[in-house]
Amino acid sequence: MTIQDDTVRRTGMSVPLAPPRRLVELSIDGETIAVPEGETILTACETAGKDIPTLCYGDTLTPKNACRVCVVELEGARVLAPACSRKVEAGMVVKTDSERARHSRKLVLELLASSVDLSTTPRAAEWLESYGAEPERFGPAAAPAAIGERDKLHAGAHELPSGEAAATVHQPPKVDNELYVRDYAKCILCYKCVDACGEQWQNTFAIGVAGRGFDARISTEHNNPLPDSACVYCGNCIEVCPTGALSFKSEFDRRAEGSWDESRQTQTTTICTYCGVGCNVTLHVQDNEIVKVTSPHENPVTHGNLCIKGRFGFQHVQNRRRD
Amino acid sequence: MDLRFLDALPSSEEQAAVDAVLGPPDSAWVGGARTEDDLRRAHGGHAARGQRHLLLPVLHAVNDRVGYLSQAALDYVCRRLTVPPAEAYGVATFYAMFAVRERPKKVMHVCTDIACKALGSDALVAELEERVGHHGPRGADAEVEWHHSPCLGMCERGPAALTLEAGEPPTYAVSAPATCEVLARLGGRAAPAAAPGDASANGHREGAEVGLAPVDGAAFTGAAEPAGAAAPPAGAPADASAEPPARTADPSVEPAAASPLTFGTALIPGGEPEPPAEAAVPQAGDPELVLLRRIGTVDPESLDDYRAAGGYNALRQAFKIGPARVIQEVLDSGLVGRGGAAFPTGRKWDATARQPDRPKYLICNADESEPGTFKDRVVIEGDPFSLVESMTIAGYAIGATHGYVYLRGEYPRALQRLENALAAARERNLLGTDILGTGFDFDIEVRRGAGAYICGEETAIFNSIEGERGEPRSKPPFPVEKGLFGKPTVINNVETLINVLPILEMGGPGYAAIGTGRSTGPKLFCVSGTVRRPGIYELPFGATLRELLELAGGAPEGREIRAVLLGGAAGGFVRGDELDIPLTFEGTREAGTTLGSGVILVLDDTVDLGGVLLRIAQFFRDESCGQCVPCRVGTVRQEEALHRMVNAPAGRRTDLTLLREVGGAMRDASICGLGQTAWNAVESAIDRLGVFPLEPAGGSGGTSAGTEQP
Ligand SMILES: Cc1cc2nc3c(=O)[nH]c(=O)nc-3n(C[C@H](O)[C@H](O)[C@H](O)COP(=O)(O)O)c2cc1C
Ligand code: SF4
Ligand code: SF4
Ligand code: SF4
Ligand code: FES
Ligand code: FES
Repeated sequence: MTIQDDTVRRTGMSVPLAPPRRLVELSIDGETIAVPEGETILTACETAGKDIPTLCYGDTLTPKNACRVCVVELEGARVLAPACSRKVEAGMVVKTDSERARHSRKLVLELLASSVDLSTTPRAAEWLESYGAEPERFGPAAAPAAIGERDKLHAGAHELPSGEAAATVHQPPKVDNELYVRDYAKCILCYKCVDACGEQWQNTFAIGVAGRGFDARISTEHNNPLPDSACVYCGNCIEVCPTGALSFKSEFDRRAEGSWDESRQTQTTTICTYCGVGCNVTLHVQDNEIVKVTSPHENPVTHGNLCIKGRFGFQHVQNRRRD
Repeated sequence: MDLRFLDALPSSEEQAAVDAVLGPPDSAWVGGARTEDDLRRAHGGHAARGQRHLLLPVLHAVNDRVGYLSQAALDYVCRRLTVPPAEAYGVATFYAMFAVRERPKKVMHVCTDIACKALGSDALVAELEERVGHHGPRGADAEVEWHHSPCLGMCERGPAALTLEAGEPPTYAVSAPATCEVLARLGGRAAPAAAPGDASANGHREGAEVGLAPVDGAAFTGAAEPAGAAAPPAGAPADASAEPPARTADPSVEPAAASPLTFGTALIPGGEPEPPAEAAVPQAGDPELVLLRRIGTVDPESLDDYRAAGGYNALRQAFKIGPARVIQEVLDSGLVGRGGAAFPTGRKWDATARQPDRPKYLICNADESEPGTFKDRVVIEGDPFSLVESMTIAGYAIGATHGYVYLRGEYPRALQRLENALAAARERNLLGTDILGTGFDFDIEVRRGAGAYICGEETAIFNSIEGERGEPRSKPPFPVEKGLFGKPTVINNVETLINVLPILEMGGPGYAAIGTGRSTGPKLFCVSGTVRRPGIYELPFGATLRELLELAGGAPEGREIRAVLLGGAAGGFVRGDELDIPLTFEGTREAGTTLGSGVILVLDDTVDLGGVLLRIAQFFRDESCGQCVPCRVGTVRQEEALHRMVNAPAGRRTDLTLLREVGGAMRDASICGLGQTAWNAVESAIDRLGVFPLEPAGGSGGTSAGTEQP
């Protein structure tokens, strides 16, 4: 694969706007790798065939490097570096599997799993196992908060713990509209939905991060219900959510009644018929019903983003069939 | 962007507070009345969005006047500044001093942090629970609500409390040492006399009068000195005058519009006048002092006095030798940052000056929230012009025309002194355009923090000033390259900056002759806790901890120093038998500890160390910005494990392992210094002090006395 092909694969840019970049050599777990200047350690690791876990990294977003599950050890550095955002430098000596790196990754996974419901996070179970994580060791999970309770927490103050139970973000899901559900018990606070809704893609700014520290949460202004917010139901936040905290109501309901089954689903990518832009939509179909709509991230124009029509305007297909 | 707003209209009070900062709205686009013109123009683009940096000052204005941020007020702010409401809500809820629910106008912050704890805040808080009511949120119909607060930067006279009252203008009262008597009176419960009619003209005198009421001795059962006297428990200087010049000069309430001051000059009725800044400087008046020499000898509100005492000679010298030579002198002086990270100041300035990008910014970091640190407050309250002059020199050296002081929100008197100093300097053309006819333009703006320790982190300050949540950015890029507004920025601590004056007066090499090889110059130490003469001390680098503590009078009669916390909550403990550690950057490093921001917090053998560790853990849990997992969740797990260890000795060994493992990940994988140091103090208490003696003995030879309370 040439550098340009690689760029196309990752960024979806089909027209290279800059001349090919200089190659930088670095060592990854003892092996010398050459990658284009300006690439991240994560890309270099992928090139070297290393499987680095990531959660807050998004292929269509600027790295926020908040989760720290991708940390690697750099020779000579005081602290570990997030692979997803740190740029490669010539002569860098990267250790992806050192004791220190593994320790921190394991702890990040344990800390998350002990406080957040990771049951719908792809690969979480696999990583927890391969890193030997034991989230139970922090104690039994504290009782879930009532709906809206976490949204009232004031910065800089908290109820002192007894140590008997491990604090969590567990709370009932927010179901306040017909299209999608916000189940913040599953939220790892990766900031991706906020970035997608805001300046990186949608420019709607319906949601932000509110509160501070462990009490930080994704919220509309004043925690108002989504229909009262600026949300335009583009679903671009759902597209990037890595945990299933944001999901189609159709998925949420099926999961609740136990009928969600990805093994029975097909995915068909086609073109949205609503307007002349021609976005790609991928229809996830189970039992001959469209159950959710995603969009290919590699699309050079839309990068996985849609509008409300492409994302949620599929009911008519089913309705017509039922008529 | 196409923003969506609510339909709520702000109250006239809310609108007036916003308009006082931004001026009246000029169109319906920004919340004004609709006119024909509005149909012919659009509002948006860079100019509209470019006001985002005014978000924090405007939120302060509303909170100062109304006491909280309603949906309608926030909505109006968003219209005025073209900020998405969800983002403004995220910013408002980031800061402890703001509330987005209705609450009483009066809010009392009672410090329960380490130094105050050692001086009896536990007993004070228990008494307040009984007399004033449970801490925490109250409805708007209540007179007051009170909260436990992290360190208020008044550790030398703990236990400290700060009461803020929203209004036009807002007022405040500092109580330190605080007694339940005074706080209850401030809270309005014990002060039926504090009717609105009394509050204006004679509010101050009345406050002083009731302040003489006898102190309830029971409030101080845990204090360092026998209770029963109204004097600071650990023996503040006897000559501390009870009357600050600023407050006696003009006891009447002034309308804020005419004044450069944010806070009104009248005390909240029932409060006591604050001692002058020099009360915190036991060495005040000593001719050997360099950095503190003007505190207590020169009127902090008079530019004339400052100049008569040699003020502004350094700026003249700077203009004489030019920017490049100024940087060279700072490089030669060996000055390193006093904010905690000890980075060479000259190198920072040089790197910024060399950046081709423009404009460049200068920020003075006066967020001072590290528990046990109060030097910057004392410097600003006691000698504000020195900071203004130093910043002007720094701006000149690096080629900046705009400087910011990011001042901790809980420092109302420092704010007042600084606002006064800036106005005076502007009036004499010591700030502004073409300063002293040199062609150099420079001005300084004060930005108030709003209750967030993390905003002292250099990149978090940038976000805070820009009107974003005060979350640290990841480095690289470093501030010298891309700092405030993405431009090259020098950020320095208050103490670092004022060292520039003696550097220019003595010359870099002359300055470098003070101190030790790698730690040059004079250094300020914040001595607090159970020690006889707490306060800010200035010593040339090289003195030992023992020498400093001797100067501070050592532990109170009959007590022994059990531990000293160096560098604050992010620092580490040393034992009472390790007092020969030299107080230099290299000396503390060799001893496996840190100087940090100069905190020397003494804990004698009566202090409940387990409780202190819980407080430290609580602090980090409260102050984590929440951005990264190791710190956001790690600080929670650290606090939980410590509670288990302190309360229930069973299962300690696994909890110790857990603490170490969580601590290791926080140190290694957190984004910023907060998470990276959140386990330092706890670790040193385990390894050095041996607080949890069940652990297999480490190499530190720690004493094995159990410290957990039954
Ligand atoms: C959590 C955190 C809080 C900090 N708070 C302060 C502070 O209140 N004041 C300060 O001067 N430096 C503080 N610092 C250090 C600053 O990041 C920065 O290093 C310093 O302002 C640089 O100035 P200096 O070189 O003059 O020390 C803090 C750092 C961290 C990580
Ligand atoms: S659906 Fe679209 S507009 Fe609504 S919150 Fe998600 S990204 Fe923002
Ligand atoms: S809702 Fe999803 S995308 Fe948003 S912060 Fe939480 S986990 Fe990330
Ligand atoms: S270490 Fe803590 S304070 Fe710093 S960025 Fe991470 S969560 Fe925020
Ligand atoms: S994936 Fe790199 S920090 Fe989250
Ligand atoms: S003011 Fe209370 S600990 Fe500093």
